[in-house]
Amino acid sequence: MTAKHHDHEHGHGSELSEMQLRVRALETVLTEKGYVDPAALDRIVEAYETRIGPHIGAAIVAKAWSDPSFKQALLADANKAIATLGLEQKVGDHLVAVENTPTTHNMIVCTLCSCYPWDVLGLPPVWYKSTPYRSRAVKEPRAVLADFGVTLPAGTAIRVWDSTAETRFMVLPMRPEGTEGWSEEQLASLVTRDSMIGTGLAKAASEFSAGGET
Amino acid sequence: MNGIHDMGGMDGFGKVEPELDEPPFHAAWEGRALALNRVVPVTGDWNIDVGRYWIETLPPAEYLTSSYYRKWMLRLERLCLARGLVTEAELAAGHAAALGQPGGQPGRKVVHAAEVDGMLMRRNYDRPAAAPARFKVGQRVKAKNMHPVSHTRLPRFARGHTGTVERIQGCHVYPDASVAEGVERGEWLYTVTFDGRELWGPDSDPTLQVSIEAFEPYLEAA
Repeated sequence: MTAKHHDHEHGHGSELSEMQLRVRALETVLTEKGYVDPAALDRIVEAYETRIGPHIGAAIVAKAWSDPSFKQALLADANKAIATLGLEQKVGDHLVAVENTPTTHNMIVCTLCSCYPWDVLGLPPVWYKSTPYRSRAVKEPRAVLADFGVTLPAGTAIRVWDSTAETRFMVLPMRPEGTEGWSEEQLASLVTRDSMIGTGLAKAASEFSAGGET
Repeated sequence: MNGIHDMGGMDGFGKVEPELDEPPFHAAWEGRALALNRVVPVTGDWNIDVGRYWIETLPPAEYLTSSYYRKWMLRLERLCLARGLVTEAELAAGHAAALGQPGGQPGRKVVHAAEVDGMLMRRNYDRPAAAPARFKVGQRVKAKNMHPVSHTRLPRFARGHTGTVERIQGCHVYPDASVAEGVERGEWLYTVTFDGRELWGPDSDPTLQVSIEAFEPYLEAA
């Protein structure tokens, strides 16, 4: 699978070719010396391509929207609460869930590198790791939200969490109106990755598409 | 260190540009780079703080013009050289000078495929506390005006400013010691929240509050 990927690499200029060579050189040397098991690398790539992604966080949010006691437990101790769900993909330690309300909107950033709650959201998007987001989110979050097409009421306070240690944050977005009685699966389809970072809101009930594709 | 990586509050980098339907990796080498950066630190025996420091010490121009995974690879090459896992000649040749032992190296931990699932989730950073936490939730604290030349996780935008302890997160591995002393030891970790106007002055969004995760040595009573 991965070896095939190498052959199908599309060239987009010199950096890509350079990087393809550099990565291959280091992997080859380390493998030949017995330091790296290439099958372990395959397994990691496959996990992030197929198993670990924002669907995990969306299921947690949908559960919190559906079950007030779970929501309370999640906000009090996210790891303890999530452990009770018996998720197939385990969530590691030091996760903190923060709740959006009509008066407070939360946003997550890492100004020093790109810390991100991989266990519940998968790999961070390129914009999250970019200099514009890392530099501006702590100083002018409303302008950053505008780049995402999001406008909050002027009275909504903005709370930005800079992930400067090994604690990881996820936002519990507000449940959209008109979703009373929906199943957790239906609700999860409204939970976008960006709504759990705080650069977006959950989709409106009218945006629901049968089949749960988001 | 006061490096280019510490960019909270800087201007001039332009708009945030979200990408619709972004793939996990934009090229196959990015996936290999990510995977190598997950397993090789186990073999080379350095922790996440050391790994971050070796990205922060890239030349600033290189840092700013490299993609995320390129920075990861430059860091990994430098660390592998520094820790004796590879030589310059081997990297240039793209092959090992001599073949190692299949399945492992004496004294070196090698991550095998069967172990991967267990190491993908976040590990635990709690460490025993040498003393009770010095600050309490609700207490006013000041981020120290400190400029260590080695690794620190106290961002410049917070230094010298006064905030409030919002949470005590436990006693976690202290990144500064991981790099400067080469040891993993615990320090109390707090979520400290600052008003936007305290950080950015009177023109700040008046509703803004920003928190950092601050280790006890970064703080003093206000």
